[in-house]
Amino acid sequence: MSLPTISYRPKPFGGPWVVWGGFALVLAVVPLLWTSSFAQTMLSQIGIAIIACLAYNMLLGQGGMLSFGHAVYSGLGSFLAMHTLNLVSAGKLSVPVSLIPLVGGLSGLLFAALLGWVTTKKSGTTFAMITMGVGELVWSMSLMIPEFFGGEGGVSGNRVVGQAVMGISFGPQIQVYYLIAVYCFLSTAAMYALTQTPLGRMLNAVRDNPERVEFIGYSTQNVRYLAFVISGFFAGVAGGLGALNFEIVTAEVVGAARSGAYLLFVFLGGATFFFGPILGAVLMVIALVLLSELTKAWLLYLGLVFLLMVMYAPGGLASLIMMNVRVAMFGKLRRLLPGYAGLAVASVLAFLGASAMIEMLYHLQLNAALGPVMHFMGISLDAGSVLTWLGALAVMALGVALFAWRQRSFSQTWNTIAEEIEHETKMREAV
Amino acid sequence: MDQILINLLNGISSGLLLFMLSSGLTLIFSMMGVLNFAHASFYMIGAYVAYSLTAVIGFWPALFIAPVAVGVMGAFFESTALRRVHKFGHVPELLITFGLSYVVLEVVQLVWGRTPLQFNPPELLQGPAFTLIQTPGQGLSVALGAASDALCQGGAQCSRFPLTRAFMMGVALLMLVSLWLLLTRTRIGLVIQASLTHPEAVEALGHNVPKVFMMVFGSGCALAGLAGVIGGITFITEPAMAAVVGSIIFVVVVVGGMGSLAGAFAASILIGLLQTLPLTVDASLADAVNRLGAHVGPQTPGWPLLRITLAQAAPILPYLLLVLMLIFRPKGLLGTREG
Repeated sequence: MSLPTISYRPKPFGGPWVVWGGFALVLAVVPLLWTSSFAQTMLSQIGIAIIACLAYNMLLGQGGMLSFGHAVYSGLGSFLAMHTLNLVSAGKLSVPVSLIPLVGGLSGLLFAALLGWVTTKKSGTTFAMITMGVGELVWSMSLMIPEFFGGEGGVSGNRVVGQAVMGISFGPQIQVYYLIAVYCFLSTAAMYALTQTPLGRMLNAVRDNPERVEFIGYSTQNVRYLAFVISGFFAGVAGGLGALNFEIVTAEVVGAARSGAYLLFVFLGGATFFFGPILGAVLMVIALVLLSELTKAWLLYLGLVFLLMVMYAPGGLASLIMMNVRVAMFGKLRRLLPGYAGLAVASVLAFLGASAMIEMLYHLQLNAALGPVMHFMGISLDAGSVLTWLGALAVMALGVALFAWRQRSFSQTWNTIAEEIEHETKMREAV
Repeated sequence: MDQILINLLNGISSGLLLFMLSSGLTLIFSMMGVLNFAHASFYMIGAYVAYSLTAVIGFWPALFIAPVAVGVMGAFFESTALRRVHKFGHVPELLITFGLSYVVLEVVQLVWGRTPLQFNPPELLQGPAFTLIQTPGQGLSVALGAASDALCQGGAQCSRFPLTRAFMMGVALLMLVSLWLLLTRTRIGLVIQASLTHPEAVEALGHNVPKVFMMVFGSGCALAGLAGVIGGITFITEPAMAAVVGSIIFVVVVVGGMGSLAGAFAASILIGLLQTLPLTVDASLADAVNRLGAHVGPQTPGWPLLRITLAQAAPILPYLLLVLMLIFRPKGLLGTREG
């Protein structure tokens, strides 16, 4: 019950200080370079998504636990953070706004401790089904208890509370972004540190060989439970930040669609590497904010990309990157470039043909009133004419054929290089 | 009394529909270790394909052809996609069916639209199967079909049981019996049962186990498709129909015990009843406490929880049952495995 692991872990360039310093620098500098208000909303959401996806990957990647209901913990964290914020606004409680995400985290931890006690009794497939059941349970409850979940309209609040401290009122989006950035950096560091502790190592052992873990005297259930609770905490922090960021929490934050998105994008980013979920989080926000604006068919594209990824690259984007980094470290990337160029042309062709047909179908179905002519990638297509369809089909077929043809020689080159690298590593070890 | 009887029958028929779904899921799971996340999607495809076929060849042929078509789709998916990720382990297998459920939902919306379809039962199945008539002072009587107006007048209460539901029960029972006969009395069933427990030995005896897997996956999907045709005419044919049953059948499989067909049957009926019976009870926890003499009102702490009526709480009861089951009997009703 585990994802295929890739043993290659290169030493980070320049050591950990450069990596973590670079991460902090990126978080600090990006909003200065990219200053529109749209950019700020995007970046804030990416920061939140990074925490949530890393928390999720603590289960999927580190522990081999496939959860279909992790939005429960980030969502309940959101709700309790929002209720706390409203209590603070009403003057009944005094908590600094910058600590509200911790309230979310603690409530995530609390609910994970409560519900996780049931879910982590099982592992593997049964675990997946139970998390889904618990997710549905909380989702159905959200419709039953409008006092807590706010019914259809959700719970809203105002993050500007009391006097500004040192000019920080959390009114402007940029201040919220920096709060999110600080939490994002600290949470990422904490979660990375956790992978280095004995608990983090035991979690990997429980993923890879639970029988043996039991045999040497550990309770796999306890390890899973601890990981689940900690993951719930970080998911809750993300939820609390989300409550501050959007100033409204609706019931859909605990829904199955949100849980599914965590799973989908963590996997696309790459569950087998620590930094995979960070890529996944960036993809998630881009897909949910930009792609859904760009095309009505985005869920179909997402589903298809996911299917292809599971079949051909189960390590996600991160593993694809790391495989090429490995080749580059041995100075052989240049030999692959022509192959990559050919494959890129082929896939662009195939994608253009396929997406033209998908977009025409959606156009015919949703915008029939606007007439058959539609705009796609800067050209006008007549979705009503057979010729357009044949043209799109031909472009796609050409792309697929080209891909199949180029792919053969590419995988030959790839295999040769892989053998050479193996040979060189053995030589180095021998010396 | 008559209303209770009708509700009981409604619950049992829903339970039998759930069994048609969960039997396929259980078969696939116990054989291949694959939890088919897209099982409810095949149920939905069954309904939609039957809707389209009905317009061309009529309902009765569609009832047979649609499940076969769904089964072929399932077998195709197994042989092209699922088999490829089999070597990666169970998580990718679950993930690929999860991805499939997204794609199926979008494709169905693309082909058939986003609004509910008018998928009416054929004329033979319209109207009530029988009517229960409760006349004051005379007790209960049953009339086949719709009872005449004369019988329902003068203080008599008539409760009707729809034919579609009776048909659903009939088909499910027929399926149950034939599935049982197939598994226990035929050579194919013998091979399937053997592959369940000893795939290597079966392979060594010269049987093509991947082909058996493909057949089992296809037949499981066909069963889901059959359930979809019947669910489509009884309930609503819409893109949300997969999500409605999707998580419930997982509850059924866990509550019944992973991989146990008999357990799936018991759990299906139990959950069917659990979903239907409480819908008519308009009493809450607060009412119960008040009847015992205590005074609970809006000022009591926890009032928002206490005032929820059983009818309102009906959607969460299956999930509560799941949680309770895991606490007190982790292997499920009739399950044998702990893990």
